[in-house]
Amino acid sequence: MITPIALPALRTLLDEGAQLVEVLPAPEYDEMHLPGAVNIPLKTLDATTTAGLDRSRPVIVYCWDGL
Amino acid sequence: MSPRAACRLAALGFIPVFDYVPGKVDWLAHNLPVEGTAAGAPTIGARLRHDVATTFLAEPVAAVRARVAASRYEFALVLAADQATLLGRLRPSVLENADPDRQAGEVMEPGPSTLRPHEPAQAIAERLAQRHLGYAIVTDPEGRLLGTVHPSDLP
Repeated sequence: MITPIALPALRTLLDEGAQLVEVLPAPEYDEMHLPGAVNIPLKTLDATTTAGLDRSRPVIVYCWDGL
Repeated sequence: MSPRAACRLAALGFIPVFDYVPGKVDWLAHNLPVEGTAAGAPTIGARLRHDVATTFLAEPVAAVRARVAASRYEFALVLAADQATLLGRLRPSVLENADPDRQAGEVMEPGPSTLRPHEPAQAIAERLAQRHLGYAIVTDPEGRLLGTVHPSDLP
């Protein structure tokens, strides 16, 4: 199930312990990312690179503007 | 990009998956903190003033005029009933010349131009200088007033 969310829901989910994943390339993440976000670039997203995510907690992904 | 990532995560068995579609630019445009090597880069959001006089649609010009006179500015910003969303501006000429019994909403300039807070301070300083502007209004993406930025506060 994938649910699009806006900022208010994002903040609520983060307060509740959701995991935040930036899927932009590493240089863009290194330059600036949301507090607490981890970086898994879209091109590298697979079972291995997501192994560090906690499957018991919701996951939120974001990029620059959704495009 | 994030919709594809969300689908990939769902296919990998992660439940639930949320997609913050508006993305990083939306977060920045709300003047929220970030981490990273460029997190300390000067933006106008870090140089905002919050003491410009504000008013509401039904307030008589006479009352606004008095409040502006007591401030260090010559204009006022008109906010919606939520006391946050920017609807218009009362320029100095209007405050000076309008019938004092008219309401702010009748004489305001609707929809003044605004900036987002993540704009680089240096670039905005140059833009204000080029256009001989004494200030700019800063709002979030929903149009809520965040403050004003002034050349003397910028690098």
